[in-house]
Parts: sequence; structure tokens; C-alpha cells
Amino acid sequence: MAVTDYLREQFMPHIWCPGCGHGIVLNSLVRAVEQIGLEKNDVVMVSGIGCSARMAGYLDFHTMHTLHGRALAFATGAKMGNPRLKVIVPMGDGDALAIGGNHFIHAARRNMDLTAIVMNNNIYGMTGGQFSPATPKNRYATTAPYGTIDEPFDVVKVATAAGASFVARSTTYHVNELIKLIREGIEHPGFSVIEILDQCPTYYGRKNLSGSAVDMLKHFKENSVKIGKGTGAPGEIEIGVFVKEVRPEYCDKYESLVKEVQGGKK
Amino acid sequence: MKKNEILFLQGNEVCARAAMYAGVSFYAGYPITPSTEIAEVLAELMPAEGKAFMQMEDEISSICAIIGASLTGNKVMTATSGPGFSLMQEAIGYGHMAEIPCVIVNVQRGGPSTGMPTSASQADVMQTRWGTHGDHSVIALTASNHEDIFAMTVEAFNFSELYRMPVVLLLDEVIAHMREGLTIPEPGELPIIERLNTSVPEDSDYHPYFAREDGRLPMSEFGGIHRYNVTGLAHDMWGFPSNDPEVANTLIHHLVNKVENYKHDIARYKTTNMDDADIVLISYGCSARSAKQTMSNLRQRGLRVGMIELQTLWPFPDDIIYDLCRDARYVVVAEMNMGQVLHQVKEAVSNPDRVFLANRVDGALINPEDIENVVNLLRGKGK
Ligand SMILES: Cc1ncc(C[n+]2csc(CCOP(=O)(O)OP(=O)(O)O)c2C)c(N)n1
Ligand code: SF4
Repeated sequence: MAVTDYLREQFMPHIWCPGCGHGIVLNSLVRAVEQIGLEKNDVVMVSGIGCSARMAGYLDFHTMHTLHGRALAFATGAKMGNPRLKVIVPMGDGDALAIGGNHFIHAARRNMDLTAIVMNNNIYGMTGGQFSPATPKNRYATTAPYGTIDEPFDVVKVATAAGASFVARSTTYHVNELIKLIREGIEHPGFSVIEILDQCPTYYGRKNLSGSAVDMLKHFKENSVKIGKGTGAPGEIEIGVFVKEVRPEYCDKYESLVKEVQGGKK
Repeated sequence: MKKNEILFLQGNEVCARAAMYAGVSFYAGYPITPSTEIAEVLAELMPAEGKAFMQMEDEISSICAIIGASLTGNKVMTATSGPGFSLMQEAIGYGHMAEIPCVIVNVQRGGPSTGMPTSASQADVMQTRWGTHGDHSVIALTASNHEDIFAMTVEAFNFSELYRMPVVLLLDEVIAHMREGLTIPEPGELPIIERLNTSVPEDSDYHPYFAREDGRLPMSEFGGIHRYNVTGLAHDMWGFPSNDPEVANTLIHHLVNKVENYKHDIARYKTTNMDDADIVLISYGCSARSAKQTMSNLRQRGLRVGMIELQTLWPFPDDIIYDLCRDARYVVVAEMNMGQVLHQVKEAVSNPDRVFLANRVDGALINPEDIENVVNLLRGKGK
């Protein structure tokens, strides 16, 4: 299938600003799905609310654009309701970690086969540039005109601690690696988290004098290091696969439970 | 199960068994008194039948999960009580906007806030109607005894499929925890409405939000042959977000009219001794049990008292109330809140000044004397 076959071109142009990283993520995701050779009818995409969440509408899968922060909760029901389906959940950093933080850790704990893609642009894009739980300290946002004093979450650490069985990080600069990571995440039989550092030139870039989208991509390029190859300098972005472990998957466990109950073993 | 087996059950157990009878295949919930037994019973029954039961991290995820599972082709339910019902409101609105069938049981307890977890109350009637933001219509059912809990649970599933929307079953602490004998209906005894699936073939365009002439919207499950978008934004017939005023206008009218135009089909109520009644008692749920006793006490004293028991609370059956109360000297609404159904009755009747409230909000079940006292006061015989 051609990559464009996965797009709903009738619903374009998309809403994203020129230079926004969300389009790069969409592109990588579609290529990953195409490489795996998934049937469009076997893929469900569930998103929340945010610029990032609009991705679902543009893709020719079964798509559910839900509520801010709740994508993983809707996705959990959709998957449990038909475990045969591949369920992909693109989320913004606010969507996944602030309002949706509770669902994020519990989805990780359950290890249901969902692929969570966290499009981390360090800001609330859709509402116009307020700081998020992933905004680094001393950065500017419309609700942090004097700089943030909040400590940010490290998505990889949160996901790992909560029990995700596949955890990876990359950036919108590393497109080829990104395709590979998303592919690995989708193929992994358990809860996968792929954090993608992503640029919002319109708000984060402007507020923090990060320059144009190209400058922000260059920043990703210059500050990224492969896992274990860094110096631990502040601002360093470790990229690669942090966790990859096959553990019992939730729907499989439920199926076994049903068999045991029905067989009189429980 | 033996034929027409009679079981001695708690109201919550009846609700759970009725959900199984209606074909629930996915349940998600979070424990809260006084609804918890519904989850406990389903946790045992559902795996045994190969159905999915999940305990979620909170009530928000519970309602979201059932909506997700409904879209992958399941009959779904969650159960909760006041605080959990408050948490669910945003997603209930999503269910209305996206038109997803699901059943939400709210076993009412005293509020506001944590209120009186183990006490009786009927104070969520208005929240059920107006709890989520924006214009839409709702369907809410209630029951006062176990036979009716069974029937109304099945009806809640039926209405949710028929009108493609969330339906609320409003129970209360008293009937949910009370034990009563119940003859479990045989399969086929109560009608079950299954989901209306589209007959549009694979390569033709399917419009998920294009209503048929009768207002129904045939569905296509996620994972099936039609791929489409579902959103809580105002949307066109494809399910794609739209800012077009014309599209929004049509959508909002549809969300209201698809229920209001079928108000008479949805109205469930019972009348007793209404032929000659000049004093009419209107009640529902646990209060209706006491009102019934008040009616027979007063009838024995020669008063012409009749009663209307409401099982459909929303859409409010206002023209039925108007007709039935036309000749009444007094109408007394018995309920466990500060006058939520009272308000609706006053709006419905020709003479609102003749409508009075008999209530209790202290957590103790309203008793027949409480209601009798109000009738006596009206007749100038008060103590
Ligand atoms: C319950 C609720 N609260 C707040 C909002 C407003 N809101 C919409 S999107 C958003 C944040 C978006 O940021 P993020 O999730 O990081 O995604 P981005 O737009 O940056 O892609 C907020 C706060 C909402 N829609 N719903
Ligand atoms: S506001 Fe930021 S995140 Fe939203 S579309 Fe524009 S660049 Fe992208």
C-alpha cells in the first residue's frame, strides 16, 4: 500500500502550524504501519484533545477523537472490547502526563497491548502556550511569564517505573530512527511508550527564543545522544530503546482467566 | 438455572443479573457505596460467560472505557454513586455527542460531596438531566422493587441501543440494598433490542451520523468494514469536526429531538386508584413504596387518593402528568430531595399552586406518615 493510502486527504489541509513537529510524527507513524503491513481495518487510533490529538482525524483507520487526557482510558475499553485490534494512542505531553497522568501510569501497570505515542513539545499548544508537566524549569510560557519553577516529568522514567514493557525516546529530527521505534513499539506485545521530542515553534519556540522550526530541529540533532553515550550534561537528550521486555499481556491474561473459570479450575 | 427460579436477592444483584440478561459484554467500574455489589456480582458472572469485566483506576476511566468498548461492538455498562457520577459527567456528554450506546447505573446516596454514603437519597434527578454541559436530551429510568429493577435495567439497554445514546438507571440506596424475592424472567420473556448495524456494503460510503428517516443511526463497529471518525466536537455526517453553523444547528436539534419526539414511547409509569382520585400522589423509587402505603391508609379512611409511580424520569412525561392530574384537588410529590421532580410536576400541570412536596433529606427513608402528614395539613387536619 502507498503511504498516502493511509491519509484522509479529503479532510486536509490539516490544522497544524507551518513547522509544527506533529506532521513529522504522523509521517513516521504511517510509514511504520505501512512497513509492518497492517490492514487499515485492523487499526484503531484513539486520541485525546490537543493539536497532537488531531492526528486521528487525518488517518484512514477506525479513529476516535475523545476527551483531553482520556485517550488511554477509551483505548483500554476499545482493546478489551476486541483484543484482535491494534490500538495506537497519540497524545500531547499535557494530554498524557497532566490531566491524563493517572490513566498513563495505570495503562503502563496493566500492560495491555496499546501503543502510546507521547508527542512532547514541552508546552500546551492548542490552548496557546501554557506550561506543561514536561516544560523544563526556568522556561517561559504564557502562564509562566517569569519562568517556570515546576520540576518536569521525565516521560521515560515515569513509564518505566509504572511498568511499561516497551519504552523508547526519539526526536522529530531523527525521522528514520523514529519510524523504526514506532514500528517496534507497535509490534511489541504489551504496553509501549514512545516519547518523541517534538517542536512547537509557534508557542514554545517563540516564548523561549528557540528560533525557527529548523533551529529547534537542529537543537534536537546537536543535543541527542544514544543511550549510555552521553556525558550527563544538562539538556542532553538520550534517545533509543530503554525498556523492551516481553511480559504477560492484559487481554491474554484475561483470556486465560476466562478459560480457567469456564474449565472449573477457579 | 431452574425454570422460573425464585431467588432472594439484593437490588444491586438484580441489576447485575438483568444486565447479563440484556447481553452486557463489557463492564468497567470503580467501587463506591452503595453501588459496589453490582460490580462484585458481575466480576463473578462475566468471566464465566466469557464476557469482559474490568476494575479501572477511577470513574472517569470507567465511563471512557465502556464508550471505547461500545465502539468495538459491545453492550456496555458501568455503575457508580454520587461522587463517581459527578466525575463521569464530561464523558457522558461525549457519549451524547458521539451517540454511543451505554448504560450508567447511579445508585443514589446522600450528597452533596461525600455526603451520606450509606444513606438513602434521590437528589441526583436534576444532575442526571443537566449534569454535563451543553444542550442534549437524556433518558433516565428508575424502579421501586426488584421486578422493576430487572425490567428497567433491560429497558435501559434497549433504549441505549434504540436511540444510540447513554441511558442512566437511577436507583437508590434503599432498593439497591433491600432483599426481596424475584422470579428471574426466562430467556425471551422480556424483549431485547440488539444494535442496529448498517447494511451499507464494504465499498460504498457509510455515513455514521446520517440519520434514517425514523431518526435511527445504524452503526458499524470499529474493526469492521467501515472506517470513520468519532469525535466530541460538533461534526458532520462523516463524523468529521465542523464549525459550520448549519451543521452545528442540525446536530443539536437532532440530539434533542431524537429523544423528545419519542417521549411517549419512552414513558414508563404505573397508576393506581386514579379513576376517582382527587388527591394524587406522585412518586418513584424507594419513596414510591411509602407513598403506596400512604395511599392505602388514606383510602381506608375514605379519602379518594390515587397514585402515579414514575419509572421514566427523563424525558419527563409532562403531558401524561398534565392529563392525569387535571381533576386533582391536590397533587403531592413524595421524594427524597428538596423538590426536584416537584419542580417538573409544577411545570407540567395546569394549576401549579395545587402541587405540594412531601420529602425527607436526612438520609432516613421517607415513611408513609411523613406523606400522610402533608396530606392532612392540606386538608386542614394537620397536627
Ligand atoms: C477537561 C479539559 N480541560 C482543558 C482543556 C483545554 N485544553 C485543550 S488541549 C489542552 C492542552 C494541549 O496540550 P498538549 O496535550 O500538550 O497537546 P498539544 O496541543 O501541545 O499538541 C488543554 C489544556 C480541555 N479541552 N478539556
Ligand atoms: S500551536 Fe504548536 S503544537 Fe499546535 S499546531 Fe502550532 S506548532 Fe503545532
